[in-house]
Amino acid sequence: MSKERIRVYAWEFPIRLTHWINVLCILALSVTGFYIGNPFMHAVSSKQYIMGWMRFIHFVSAYTFMLSMVVRIYWAFVGNRYASWRVWFPFTSRRFRDLMDAVKFYLFISKKPPYAVGHTALAGFTYLLVFGVFIFMIVSGFALYSLNRDGALWTLLGGWLTGVMHLQTIRLFHHLGMYLILAFTIIHVYIGWYLDLKERNGLMGSIFSGYKFVTGKEWE
Amino acid sequence: MASSSKRDDLSGVTIYEALKERGFSRRDFLSFCTLITATLALPSTFVSKVAEALERRKKPVLVWLEFQDCAGNTEALLRASKPTVGEIVLDILSVEYHETIMAAAGHQAEKSLMDVVKNQKGRYIAVVEGSVPMGDGGVYCCVGGRAAKETVKEVCGNAMATLAVGTCAAYGGLPAASPNPTGAVGVTQAVPGVPVVNLPGCPVNVENITATVVHFLTFGSLPPLDSRGRPLFAYGKRIHDNCERRAHFDAGQFVRQWGDEGHRKGWCLYEMGCKGPETFKNCPTVKYNEGTSWPVQAGHGCIGCAEPAFWDRMAPFYRRLPQPPGFGVESTADKVGAGLAAVTGAALVAHGIGRILSGGKKKEEERR
Ligand code: HEM
Ligand code: SF4
Repeated sequence: MSKERIRVYAWEFPIRLTHWINVLCILALSVTGFYIGNPFMHAVSSKQYIMGWMRFIHFVSAYTFMLSMVVRIYWAFVGNRYASWRVWFPFTSRRFRDLMDAVKFYLFISKKPPYAVGHTALAGFTYLLVFGVFIFMIVSGFALYSLNRDGALWTLLGGWLTGVMHLQTIRLFHHLGMYLILAFTIIHVYIGWYLDLKERNGLMGSIFSGYKFVTGKEWE
Repeated sequence: MASSSKRDDLSGVTIYEALKERGFSRRDFLSFCTLITATLALPSTFVSKVAEALERRKKPVLVWLEFQDCAGNTEALLRASKPTVGEIVLDILSVEYHETIMAAAGHQAEKSLMDVVKNQKGRYIAVVEGSVPMGDGGVYCCVGGRAAKETVKEVCGNAMATLAVGTCAAYGGLPAASPNPTGAVGVTQAVPGVPVVNLPGCPVNVENITATVVHFLTFGSLPPLDSRGRPLFAYGKRIHDNCERRAHFDAGQFVRQWGDEGHRKGWCLYEMGCKGPETFKNCPTVKYNEGTSWPVQAGHGCIGCAEPAFWDRMAPFYRRLPQPPGFGVESTADKVGAGLAAVTGAALVAHGIGRILSGGKKKEEERR
C-alpha cells in the first residue's frame, strides 16, 4: 500500500445507474416472484388484493428491468472500454490466459489476485452468462405475460417462446432462474467485498462513485 | 354466400325441418341459436343470421371415426340431458357412419363409409376421435382389417373438413404419452396438409363441435383458428382469465388442502396444482353437460387436458410446477433452488476458510 495510487473513472453514470436499477428490480422481482410461486401470505378477506399487487409490482419491475437491460446493452457499444461488450468475451488469447489465472486464484492454486481496472476476464465472462440468464428471465417472463396479453409487442418480447417450449417448462425455468440469480448475487457480493478487502482498491465504492484506485504499475 | 348453394343438397331435409319433426318448437330452435351464437363469441345480432342459415341449409353429411380412444367424446355427445344440444347435433347432422351408435355392422358398415367417401367426395365432414398409431406399419389399431393410418388418410383426405375431437385426435393425447409405444399422433400429423379443426379436451365439449359446424353452415367457412389449429372462439382465452375463482386468486385466498376451510368456501385451487393459468379453453363460460358444471366449479383444479402433451407436461396434476429431471421424484423446484443456494453458501464458507488456512495475511503482504 506504499505505492502511489491513481484515481480512475471506471464506471460511467449509465453503468452505475443501470446497476442499481437492476439491484432494485431483481429484489422486487424475486420477492414478488417467490410469492407468485409460493403464496406464503393468505388473505383473510376477499377484499384484499395480495396476489394482485404482487403481480402488479412484478410486472412494473419487469418492464423497468427490461428497459434497464436495453440501456446497459446499448452502453456496451457506446460506453468506455470498461463497459464494452468486449470484456464479456474471453476469446482473445490474452483474456483467456487472464481467465485461467483468475480461476486458479479462486481455487487457491495461485496466490496472485486477478486485477483489472474494469472487469477481470473471469468477471467479464461471468457477466456474459449472467446477462444470458437475465435475458432468459425477460423472454420467459414476457412469454408468461403474453398468455393474457394479445399484441405484437408481447409476442416479440417473449410470446414467441410459447411456440418453442411447453408452457410448464417455461414456468419451471423462469422459477429456477430466480435461484440462479440468487446464487450469483451471493457470489458477486462476496467477491466484491473480498477483493476490496485484499486490494483496498475501492472496488465496492466504485459502483457508487465510479472511481477505482490503481497503482501506477497496473495502469497501463 | 354464392358457393353455399352447391352444398345445400347434401341430404334431404333442412336442419330446422329436422328439428321440427323431432318435436322442437320454434322457441327451442331460437334458444338453441342463441346459445350457439354465444358459444361462437358472436354478438347477439348474429342470432338471426344463424337461425336463417339453419332454416335454409340442408343437413351436412358426417362420418365419425374412432381410433385409439376411450369413446369419451362419443359419451360426451350422447350423455347430454333434455332438450339437449347433443340431440340437436345429431339432428342437424346426417351421421352416416359412427361405430358406436350406428345400426349397421361388419362389411355393411364399412361399405357405407366408403360410399360417403366416394359419393360425397369433398362435401362431407369427417370427425375423428382418438389418436392414430403410426408405429410398425399401423398394426396397433385396425378397423375392419384396415390400419387407422390408411383409413384416416382416405377419409380425411377426401373430406371437406375434418374435426379432430378430443385431445387424442388433436395431439395424440394419452396414447401418445411417453413412451408412446404405438407411435400415436394426432390427425394433423397423420395426414399433413388436409384442413383440420382441432377441438382438444378430455373429452371435447359438445357445444364446441356444434358451434364449429354451425359456423360452417352460417358463414360457409371454418372458424378462425390459432397456430395450433384450434378455433379461437373456444380456445382463444385462458381458463385462469375467465375462472369464477379468479377473485380469490387475486385476493390471495388459496385452498391449501383438500377439504380445508378454503376448499369449502370455493377459494382458488392454484396451490393445489390447478393448470388453469396454462390452459386455453372456454370451460368456465360454456361448462359441460348443458352448462351444469366444470372441474374447477366442482372443486378440482384444471389438469390442462386440452393442451398438447398434457399427460406428460402438466403432471404432476396436484403440483403447480413439473419435477425437474434428475433430482428424484420428491424434489420440487424449491428444494432444488434451496439446494443451489446452500451449495453456493457452502462454497463461499469453504473459500473463506481456505483463505485462512493457506496463510492469509502474511503472504499477502509479502507479495506486495
Ligand atoms: C430477475 C428477474 C425475475 C425473477 C427473479 C422472476 C421470478 C419469478 C418467479 C419466481 C415466478 C413464479 C413462477 C412460478 O412458480 O410459477 C415468476 C412469475 C412470473 N414472472 Fe417473473 N421473474 C423475473 C423477471 C420477469 C420478467 C422480466 C417478466 C416479464 C414480464 C416476468 C413475468 C412473470 C410472469 C408473467 C409470471 C407469472 C405470473 C402469474 O402467473 O400470475 N418476470 N417470476
Ligand atoms: S382455480 Fe385455477 S383457473 Fe381458477 S383462478 Fe385459481 S388457478 Fe386460476
